[in-house]
Amino acid sequence: MGGWSIAVHGGAGVDPNLPLQRQEAAKLLLTRCLNLGISALRYSLPAIDVVELVVRELETDPLFNSGRGSALTEKGTAEMEASIMDGPKRRCGAVSGLTTVKNPISLARLVMDKSPHSYLAFSGAEEFARKQGVELVDNDYFITEENLGMLKLAKEANAIVFDYRIPAKGLETCSAGAGTMETALLMNGLPINAYAPETVGCVVVDSQGRCAAATSTGGLMNKMSGRIGDSPLIGSGTYACEVCAVSCTGEGEAIIRGTLARDVAALMEYKDLPLQEAVDYVIKHRLDGGQAGMIAVSNTGEVAYAYNTNAMFRACATEDGFTEVGIWE
Amino acid sequence: MGWAIALHGGAGDIPLSLPPERREPREAALRHCLQVGVEALKAQRTPLDVVELVVRELENHPNFNAGRGSVLTTKGSVEMEACIMDNTKRCGAVSGLSTVVNAISLARLVMEKTPHIYLAFDGAEAFAKEQGVETVDASKFITPENIERLKQAKEANRVQIDYTQPNQTDPTKEKPTADGGGQIGTVGCVAVDGKGNSATATSTGGLVNKMVGRIGDTPVIGAGTYANSYCAVSATGKGESIIRATVARDVAALMEYKGLSLKEAAAYVVEECTPKGTCGLVAVSATGEVTMPFNTTGMFRACATEDGYSEIAIWPPSTQK
Repeated sequence: MGGWSIAVHGGAGVDPNLPLQRQEAAKLLLTRCLNLGISALRYSLPAIDVVELVVRELETDPLFNSGRGSALTEKGTAEMEASIMDGPKRRCGAVSGLTTVKNPISLARLVMDKSPHSYLAFSGAEEFARKQGVELVDNDYFITEENLGMLKLAKEANAIVFDYRIPAKGLETCSAGAGTMETALLMNGLPINAYAPETVGCVVVDSQGRCAAATSTGGLMNKMSGRIGDSPLIGSGTYACEVCAVSCTGEGEAIIRGTLARDVAALMEYKDLPLQEAVDYVIKHRLDGGQAGMIAVSNTGEVAYAYNTNAMFRACATEDGFTEVGIWE
Repeated sequence: MGWAIALHGGAGDIPLSLPPERREPREAALRHCLQVGVEALKAQRTPLDVVELVVRELENHPNFNAGRGSVLTTKGSVEMEACIMDNTKRCGAVSGLSTVVNAISLARLVMEKTPHIYLAFDGAEAFAKEQGVETVDASKFITPENIERLKQAKEANRVQIDYTQPNQTDPTKEKPTADGGGQIGTVGCVAVDGKGNSATATSTGGLVNKMVGRIGDTPVIGAGTYANSYCAVSATGKGESIIRATVARDVAALMEYKGLSLKEAAAYVVEECTPKGTCGLVAVSATGEVTMPFNTTGMFRACATEDGYSEIAIWPPSTQK
């Protein structure tokens, strides 16, 4: 008990046919980011600094759905969002609708530290970014060939696979070719093979028991421009307080409805559940059929994760030497 | 058990010296909106319909900080946001609207007509056009009072969020339009029918002199707005504090995880979880209770229950004239 802990994730919901090479690349990246965090913790950097620097690394690498490598809107552009929360005083910062900011998580941090607000979005956020002098790039920088391909798949899938909540617009004219979908695995209404590796996040408790969480994403593939998911919403995709820090990934709408991240902390605070139990309970009972995963740490140095998807890209480590990098069960 | 409804027109530093010409129109509006809501409940409209319809009325009223009458950003523009949720946890939210007459209705359309929960800025405006909701020129939302509030906020060089700070403007020079109104934030309504179905709706123009693009607690599910099988909550006050304390979610969580009653849970969240002067809320429980706690000087509010109780008030009960 006590000591630092760190967990990192690259998304819940993985294509079971993901080529081995891609799986290895993902594990290498997770390991690299984990080690970055561990070094920082050994240098006594506070939790809030560690989560930011780890997520920056994940954003910069195009492998996962954040920063470079973000999933694309229906228009083929990248529109990114992120949030960060510092447990001790529950300070928080969030951003949405970013199109030129190289590291969204750092802008979220600046919103927390340098603005009178908690959440800035779209052109207002971009203007703040300019004033703060953060690194800006063209939107093209974030777009990968891979994701352009995924977008095409998603658009094709949407012509056949539809979300039961939307009234069937034009379905009368569609020749219901659902038989062409090989896999029955769906996430966010898309077949899993059109589902890119996902949102990234990091949670840390440092050796002083301070917890922090950070989450960053490009959002849903083929999303409507302007759609905001769970990642920038405090209490849904991200949360940190005195007792724990949580970062979630998966079906954004389900995570929001379940206020997943806050619920873990609420169960610990109000029902005295230990970390892993709280995490398991939330995944089991708060998703109402939705699919998601999360990583979490407690102020006593524990680390936990859970998911009800087929898999989740994750890595974690504790000061007493425990390390794990995994994708599948 | 029976139906219950509560609504608010914002919590804040509403001075006890609020002159009658500023107070009476708002009291009348609260009375009118309460009546609209009560009649709808009596006519068996669903709680979701009721909260939407009451909030539409509040948005249309220029004396509250939502829809027409919204406070202005630092650039003098209007950016509105709203959120709606029912006890099944279906929800919808919008931010960054500048032409949509009734933001709450667009939030409902996001919930019912898209696979998403939250749309913002250009994307939300585009969706509004697609859906054919009523839009007007952005200038139509701007009122002279709000232009004045923005001017004062800029002169005082502050974003009006800290109610505990001494008012920096000389009260003798204070123009009649500065009725502590910079701190009037948000409108909302919660309702429950006799069968445990509940809903909540919140709508706002945000904070006076806010940065363009600033999003507050209103559209953040669990912060300013939340409903589940235990209760429905709509909060108002300093957005940044409400987000940090996940106010609306916590009321329900305390009921569920600690077995507190609605009144106890709401009082706890308002008194212990948010700094003084930053928060107020209205809430109803699945069993027909209603509560309206606040830790600010006042909160424009009204409520009614099926057994005949009703209340319209601004300040705490002990100071109410």
